[in-house]
Amino acid sequence: MTAAADVPSPTPTAPSRSAFGAAFDKGFEILCFSAATFLLAALGGIVVSLAIGGWPAFQTFGLNFFVSAEWDPVQEIYGAAGAVTGTLVTASLALLFALPLAFGIAIFLVELCPPLLRRPIGTAVELLAGIPSIVYGMWGLFVFAPWFAKHVQMPIMMSAEPGTLWEKITTGVPNGAGILSASIILAIMILPFIAATMRELLLTIPAQVRESAYGLGSTTFEVVRKVSIPYVRTGAIGAIMLGLGRALGETMAVTFIIGNAHGFPTSIFASGSTIASTIANEFAEATERLHAASLIALGLVLFLITFVVLALARLLIGRQANL
Amino acid sequence: MYRKIVLGLAACLALSACGQKSDPQGAAAPSSSAQIAGAGASFPAPLYAKWAETQKAETGVALNYQSIGSGGGIKQIKAKTVAFGATDKPLKPEELQAEGLAQFPTVIGGVVPIVNLPDLQPGQLKLTGPLLADIFLGTIKKWNDPALLALNPGVKLPNLPITVVHRSDGSGTSFLFTSYLTAVAPKWASVGASDAVKWPTGQGGKGNDGVSGYVKQTTGAIGYVEYAYAKQNGLPHASLQNAAGQYVNPTAESFSAAAAGADWSKAPGFYLLLIDQKDPAAWPITGATFILMHKAQADAATGKTVLSFFDRAFSTGDAAASELAYVPLPAALKAQVRASWSAIVGPDGKPVFTPTAQ
Repeated sequence: MTAAADVPSPTPTAPSRSAFGAAFDKGFEILCFSAATFLLAALGGIVVSLAIGGWPAFQTFGLNFFVSAEWDPVQEIYGAAGAVTGTLVTASLALLFALPLAFGIAIFLVELCPPLLRRPIGTAVELLAGIPSIVYGMWGLFVFAPWFAKHVQMPIMMSAEPGTLWEKITTGVPNGAGILSASIILAIMILPFIAATMRELLLTIPAQVRESAYGLGSTTFEVVRKVSIPYVRTGAIGAIMLGLGRALGETMAVTFIIGNAHGFPTSIFASGSTIASTIANEFAEATERLHAASLIALGLVLFLITFVVLALARLLIGRQANL
Repeated sequence: MYRKIVLGLAACLALSACGQKSDPQGAAAPSSSAQIAGAGASFPAPLYAKWAETQKAETGVALNYQSIGSGGGIKQIKAKTVAFGATDKPLKPEELQAEGLAQFPTVIGGVVPIVNLPDLQPGQLKLTGPLLADIFLGTIKKWNDPALLALNPGVKLPNLPITVVHRSDGSGTSFLFTSYLTAVAPKWASVGASDAVKWPTGQGGKGNDGVSGYVKQTTGAIGYVEYAYAKQNGLPHASLQNAAGQYVNPTAESFSAAAAGADWSKAPGFYLLLIDQKDPAAWPITGATFILMHKAQADAATGKTVLSFFDRAFSTGDAAASELAYVPLPAALKAQVRASWSAIVGPDGKPVFTPTAQ
């Protein structure tokens, strides 16, 4: 951009150039505007087409679609509650596992890491983000699940007292496929996103701020707790929500490892399903109209859940920024 | 550092672009360079790809087959975005009629129950249809159930819970398997037959890989996979009792027997599942995979190319099919299929293709 475009200067020496700059600027504005509106239009279009595609399901089942966990393609009865529960449970558990680790990684990289290690660890975290989800799925099914079954699931199941609630929520097929395994795989998948964003956030803290805290005699822990984290709190919530968003929509890795049973999950080792896994499993062969419509309606439900999560994050960020 | 990566990527792109450009020039098409588009079932996709590769070299006809699943294949042929659709789940004659579609089988496959039990030889475990249904219904829960012991004297069946593994994705394999259970076990009617059902028990694995993965990792598991997959991966199968009361193993011969014994002439649109056939050698869970085409072809040349593709595949493609562990159609059935093509006509009302051989 020329200076003439930025500062309207009525010097008669270069009128053509200025006119060109003004015209170009107008065009640039229109381009940016259409880029932004194109996105909105695409988003709106997706929502509308999901709603239209899923309409037969909403029409047939009404509110039952959201509260029933019955999913029977033969009888043509569909309810989203099982998949919604599976989605929320796995995503929340994944966040629960990933969050402390991501914080640890980011804080280590920024505050404690010897410069020699900073690069390799940082790159490793970023590489983790680049692994395709199908690879996580295969690894989860063929490597992680057997190991998990042998070293975690079986000991827990065998040590559970018969008749207790604990026994009830730890029963399952001892092959490592189920809600908990899916959550752990998800946690590994969202870890790099949260960790990398968190690291960038922590790096934005001016050195003076941290150094002043150290100068006042704070320990590393105190600096992290009282200075760094409050400083980046707003952005951190955004990072967490991005991770959660990814966990909600993750498809392939979950499909491989969750055990794919419709209905409400009964224990942490039980098979379950998520919205994304159900769609991935059944859409290709959904020949009946109502079956396809119900899967599209599931897509809309997932869209709404993600939207609510992001809106909540915005709200939180807004509130924090106002404080 | 980033610049290097970008440069490298650019170089790769440039190279691949050149490669693509030079390709069509290098491979001169022998005769016509027609292109046909098809979409549908994933089960026959490797075979169609193999046939396409052979015929591209011989006749220059290029087949672009997208393995998007039977559901997608049916949708796309109805929308006329492809020259043919492919499905594992045959459409009923009424539906064919309503959509003006012709349907014919191309190759036979089947479903094989696989088990994971210690020290069990392939085929050693004998099962009947009703017992298999009881297992998949969750009514038989342990391997040392009296019913299983009575049927398998001399087989060491442990006191171990049975883990049922089924397909989680909608698939023709599940359709065939549940159709079989519906046919042989009245109790299975509560679940029904479809490419995805409400499984009463067990875990769902994605694809044949997912099912065999779960079965291999779980002692005491039973699942079902496509015959081709079971054969290529050497999974220990169970032998099944067929309609003639014989216990048979899944082999190319037992699938052929099921196909040969069926009376296709009384099946409009070849709507026939080869389930529980009477032939004493027949494997009970057998089925064909199908092609769907519009009876009224808007463009006679396209219809002709598609039919001559399958005509040629029937004549010369059996070896390729067997190699990939599919079962070719019996000769009599092939003749019937070829005869049925006379119903596929061009805008002038004449059949678009008349098979010369046979």
